[in-house]
Amino acid sequence: MNNKLKIKISVRNLNIYYGKFLAIKNITLDIPERSITAVIGPSGCGKSTFLRALNRMNELLPDVKTEGEVSIDGRNIYSPDVDLVKLRRNVGMVFQRPNPFPKSIFENVAFGLRIQGIRDRERIEETVELSLRRAALWDEVKDKLYKSALELSGGQQQRLCIARALAVQPQVILMDEPASALDPIATLRIEDLMRELKEEYTIVIVTHNMQQAARVSDFTAFFLTDEDRAGMLIEYGNTSDIFTMPKDPRTEGYITGRYG
Amino acid sequence: MEVREKLAYIIISLLASVAIISVILIFIFIARESLPIFFNPEIKKEANLRVFFFTRDWQPISLIPKYSFIPLIVGTVKVTIVAIVIAFPLSLGAALFTSEFIPGKFREIIKPVIELFSAIPSVVLGFFALMNIATWVQVLFHASSRLNAVTAGFALAFAVIPITYTICEDALNTVPRELREASIALGATKWQTAVKVVLPAASGGVFAGIMLGLARAMGETMIVLMVSGNAAQITLSFLDSVRTIPATIAAEMGEVAFGSAHYATLFFLGLLLFSITFVINYIASTLLERTQKRLRGER
Ligand SMILES: Nc1ncnc2c1ncn2[C@@H]1O[C@H](COP(=O)(O)OP(=O)(O)OP(=O)(O)O)[C@@H](O)[C@H]1O
Ligand SMILES: [Mg+2]
Repeated sequence: MNNKLKIKISVRNLNIYYGKFLAIKNITLDIPERSITAVIGPSGCGKSTFLRALNRMNELLPDVKTEGEVSIDGRNIYSPDVDLVKLRRNVGMVFQRPNPFPKSIFENVAFGLRIQGIRDRERIEETVELSLRRAALWDEVKDKLYKSALELSGGQQQRLCIARALAVQPQVILMDEPASALDPIATLRIEDLMRELKEEYTIVIVTHNMQQAARVSDFTAFFLTDEDRAGMLIEYGNTSDIFTMPKDPRTEGYITGRYG
Repeated sequence: MEVREKLAYIIISLLASVAIISVILIFIFIARESLPIFFNPEIKKEANLRVFFFTRDWQPISLIPKYSFIPLIVGTVKVTIVAIVIAFPLSLGAALFTSEFIPGKFREIIKPVIELFSAIPSVVLGFFALMNIATWVQVLFHASSRLNAVTAGFALAFAVIPITYTICEDALNTVPRELREASIALGATKWQTAVKVVLPAASGGVFAGIMLGLARAMGETMIVLMVSGNAAQITLSFLDSVRTIPATIAAEMGEVAFGSAHYATLFFLGLLLFSITFVINYIASTLLERTQKRLRGER
């Protein structure tokens, strides 16, 4: 792995249980700053569980137990004194299905600011515009900011969700199959957008789509389940290495299987 | 398969039309009995729209009968306001609490328990109100009469809460989990998520819950008959005895002379109540449907 890059997120011996069921087992990896890291693997291998561990979203479910350590900028986010609100502001999330609030486009993007108690109208307007521009949506919506977000197309909605996440100025953006509900053209737009965003943000993306991982990511982590259905990290490295000369035969099998 | 589906369709439409037709027939029947106030010259003299809405007294069995609806409307509005003011915050609070703040297993206990309230016969609620609530109200507000709009509204609230609670809770629950997650992931607290995302998303359903609670409060008969004091008077104080529309119909219908002006008037009163609750119910169901659509992302 490239040593020049600064590590943003470092995961050590992460185990996550749903009740008694061990969903991911002993994951250890380092995610570099300002890059795109893709998590790939077959369905049920714990990709979403892993991703949701990075902003502690798993805790919304009852009966989830997390062991091990996840550090962002060197601070363990699972230590008891962590402020969850700050953590989630710092680590934004984009979901599989676009999930805009049933509010106006403007209010969707402004939401994160409003809940912080920010009232300054000018500042909110500026941030909304900037976020929409960064999400490559501004030109399409600038004339209908006060229309319902639900009137947008799926691809636009997903970019709106990205803008909404950007508005709170996170450093990390987690994306769980952000394009799986979109058509190919909308998908390419999201991918372009990700390439732009990585200049400033650390992006972790879960994807089912091999080509997508190969196209956009700098690093790839391949997960697979063991005989107890617990997800494990099989291989992690530069995307080009993983796709051209995987070290583990299981990685090769998965990748070629999907290509063939 | 084709035939069976068609058959099922026909049967269901038939059942649905029976329901609709019965409602229409009920309406027509009530309307027909009240027609004399428009067409019977004898009755028209005593009971007509001008008398109903522009005089002040309801004294249907005095020597000169007086048929003003105003005191009855005032009474109905008073008890309804009290009932809603008490029932709405409690139901919405309980609904928010059960849907947003407590784990699933407790929810499965609390929800049925509150809903069980709707199985309490209103005569029992009335009895309870007569024995207890009336005393509390008198002590608390120094009311001159135990039986007044506050007592009746308080008792009515017990009938309204299960309805409003159930509808609000269902509306909050149909808000997709994804919206809550999006909000939490933006750094919102549970409370902010509940108030700024879940509640607005379910607002139509919540409003429908209030409307249906309102309709229930307006139409409820037995409780108000027992504890409102049944004095038809136009006053501002909520601590005065009142007489409501449904209680009036229930109390007087048994003794009225068939075909008299009083008889037609009571039916017209029933027609009025029927129409108002019908409109309220209609608005409520429209709102519910609109909320569901909005949450599914349709326009
Ligand atoms: N809320 C839950 N309760 C219990 N088990 C769960 C829960 N969520 C996920 N699991 C289990 O944990 C394992 C990993 O699930 P996860 O959703 O992380 O997989 P995934 O790799 O994201 O799959 P997919 O590609 O289908 O999205 C699966 O076996 C799944 O059944
Ligand atoms: Mg998943």
